[in-house]
Amino acid sequence: MVKDQEFLEEKASYCLGLAKKLGATDSSVIVNNSVSETVNFRNKKLDESNRSDDLGVSITTYIGKKKSSISSSNLLDDNLNILIEKCVETTKNTPEDEFNSLPDKDLLAKEVKDLNLYDQTHIENDQKIDYLKKLESAASNDRKIINTESSFTQNKSNFILANTKGFCAGYKTSSFTASSVTVAKDKKSMERDYDYSSKCFFKDLDDAGELGKQAADQTIRKLSPKKIGSEKIAIIFDKRIAKGILSTFASAISSSAISRGTSFLKDKVNEKIFSDTIHVLDKPDIIKGLGSRNFDSEGVKTDTLKLVEQGILKHYLIDTYNGKKLNLKSNGRCGGTSNLYFENGNVSFKNLLNSKSKCLYITETIGHGSNIVTGDYSVGATGFLVENGEFKYPINEITIAGNFKDMFKNITLANDLEFKYATNSPTMMIEGMVVAGK
Amino acid sequence: MSNFFEKSDLSRSEAEKIISDTLQKCDDGELYLENSKSESILLDDNKIKNSSYNSDLGFGFRAISDEVVAYSHANEISKNSLKKSSENLKSTLKSVKGTYNHEIPKSNKKYYENINPIEQKSLNEKIKILNEVNNYLRSKDDNIKQVTANFLGEQKSIEIIRSGGETLTDVRPLIRFNVSVMLEKNGRKETGVYGVGGRQSYDSYLKNDNWKSVCDEALRIASVNLESKPAPAGEMKVVLGPGWPAILIHEAVGHGLEGDFNRKKTSAFHNLMGQKVANEGVTIVDDGTIDNRRGSLTIDDEGTPTEKTVLIENGILKNFMQDRLNARLMKTKSTGSGRRENYRHIVLPRMRNTMMLSGNQTQDEMIKAVDKGIFAVSFGGGQVDITSGKFVFNCTEAYEIINGKIGSPIKGATLIGDGPSILKEVSMVGNDMMMDPGIGTCGKAGQGVPVGVAQPSILINKMTVGGTKL
Repeated sequence: MVKDQEFLEEKASYCLGLAKKLGATDSSVIVNNSVSETVNFRNKKLDESNRSDDLGVSITTYIGKKKSSISSSNLLDDNLNILIEKCVETTKNTPEDEFNSLPDKDLLAKEVKDLNLYDQTHIENDQKIDYLKKLESAASNDRKIINTESSFTQNKSNFILANTKGFCAGYKTSSFTASSVTVAKDKKSMERDYDYSSKCFFKDLDDAGELGKQAADQTIRKLSPKKIGSEKIAIIFDKRIAKGILSTFASAISSSAISRGTSFLKDKVNEKIFSDTIHVLDKPDIIKGLGSRNFDSEGVKTDTLKLVEQGILKHYLIDTYNGKKLNLKSNGRCGGTSNLYFENGNVSFKNLLNSKSKCLYITETIGHGSNIVTGDYSVGATGFLVENGEFKYPINEITIAGNFKDMFKNITLANDLEFKYATNSPTMMIEGMVVAGK
Repeated sequence: MSNFFEKSDLSRSEAEKIISDTLQKCDDGELYLENSKSESILLDDNKIKNSSYNSDLGFGFRAISDEVVAYSHANEISKNSLKKSSENLKSTLKSVKGTYNHEIPKSNKKYYENINPIEQKSLNEKIKILNEVNNYLRSKDDNIKQVTANFLGEQKSIEIIRSGGETLTDVRPLIRFNVSVMLEKNGRKETGVYGVGGRQSYDSYLKNDNWKSVCDEALRIASVNLESKPAPAGEMKVVLGPGWPAILIHEAVGHGLEGDFNRKKTSAFHNLMGQKVANEGVTIVDDGTIDNRRGSLTIDDEGTPTEKTVLIENGILKNFMQDRLNARLMKTKSTGSGRRENYRHIVLPRMRNTMMLSGNQTQDEMIKAVDKGIFAVSFGGGQVDITSGKFVFNCTEAYEIINGKIGSPIKGATLIGDGPSILKEVSMVGNDMMMDPGIGTCGKAGQGVPVGVAQPSILINKMTVGGTKL
């Protein structure tokens, strides 16, 4: 069982009290506990079970404008005494920074809404095994599938965030995650693909059979890929890749990248960075949302932000420190976005595929090729050649490249948004990118 | 050395009893205890932005029966907690009928000293160096708009208790020092990053103002990139410089030679043992025994002493990298490659320091042999799809080669290739093998572990360069 609120609160107040006694003028503390249980299957047999019980405390102490922090997984008072003493000592020896401080009191969250993020249900290992048996049976139906691996994880977490401005709140969250990875083989090639489902509530999880079948189908259709020539061509990003482009956008508007001057989107607020049809929202209060939360990791309340309206950038993602530096108020985005998404476009998936006589449909990218300083983008890719709306054949060993500044202006979105992750995008087409192949 | 039972209601002998009781009739398993202390001190934007310290304590209890691994970890080292873990393992492995393998090789060799790098240098000294780095760089070039520098230090103590009470211990120091600069000129911004590190004290790497050479290198890379033009797109010849570009070897072939992927037959290399997978001149080893290197280990995370494992010898595939589980199932021995990020994770076969050995050609000969291609000197990182064999890595410093001569610098681009066939495209191997500066972290199944790489200059006949210039 995950530790209750009372235990976490008692540890948190002990830490704040001790820090004050040792000379800290302000401090904040997060105490958390997370218990997760995983069962893995491989080729229809039990492969691994894993139980984890993680405790953690992290404390930041301030002496005026000086700051330092410590973290530990050992919550015994003896250990906390040593660490907090060390933390306060280090704070004294760390140079001042005029922007260091706890959040302004009026920005702290006043209420904790119940966003329905915790499912009491406990799934015993035998039930996990049943789910995985069904999944693996569906995944290995086709003879071309030569290896299946699948996993089921139940996670229950609880936390308390407290600071010396009187903030003290926290709540339980749960997640149930199932995944299926399959390998298919034919004479010419061996390919791997996956599918995945993650929900706050067990009953919302995808059907095991469908998940397994989806993974297998996606793998089989990748067999015997071809390599194509180098050319400039329209690219359609599958939803699971399109969300990554949205994540890159989010890192480029984080107040730390902006205040340090290391983002290609610096000074672009109120400028058009996407085309007219593009709207981006970050909505923290979605019921059962995978990224939902009441406040950010500093306790600042989080409201819905329309980050991009009609292609125009409206806000950065601001925390307390960088906000003070930029002379802006925190908008509760310390630790990043909540439920971030592109609003639906106005064409159907089918019409998007049909909109060009020839394009590439990308289902996977590899490599870390996004540079938020310059906006340059270059990654390895796998997918399909699409002609007149039809999937012709799989392709691999190509790269796709461009610069986000141009790419953002050339985005067209389909109307097939789903909330499968914390960050979500409809299917996305970008024109004018360069493919390097043969 | 940590005494894990000092402040616990659990005594060592009680723990040994629970371990032996849980693991009887299992094929393998152990209790892994870990106590690690780490620090991070960061200068950014002209200020000390962060000084933090972490102390992590926990155990991971593992039981293996045939192919099945049961694992349980927790932070509290107590009677209650270990018993709960034991019950969890037993409930997974309901009917076990194996024989515990007590055999574990021994060695007295140590590849680093028992030190705590964090305590060897005071906070004030570290802050002083970071400020000196900032002032030194900003006074060197007016185009510098941002400087980030940081110290990362760690001491990890581990203890492995096996069934029957056999105990193995190791204390592992590790440090890293990084500098990153951003230049801005005529509205264009570019960055350069460089770092050094390994399993010694900070001073071993930074004494005699050696930190200045780290700064100079970061600034040099950023300056080169400021003049770069768009990279070409398409298939061409690629010359790789020595040292850190060996992450190509790590991604292209290293991962594919890890035991687990080959036992499961999901690696593109699984049926190629004993066969020619590379040109004659190519020999690749994975070595955990080089003194003080980032990827070196005295014992791996199962207690097996590390070794120098020959993976490919003169083009022939000789060995996979093994942990105990995969070695047993593949009827071979562990190569001391069983690693985990920390007590929260299961053991997997992993790389240590992966090196392509020197041949006898010069870099100059390689450049001259290229009509049209690129010369790649430094990389940001890479990734591989084990099953299809396709791998990528991102250039952070590269130049075009035209008619046998090095030309203009080109923008960062991704290079993509096919692991099993790339080594056959290596047509020249240089005489200038170099280790990387000690900064690599390898990710696999959500676990990051410190690794090293090394190689001489090499010429690859054909790779796809992911630029924007057609």
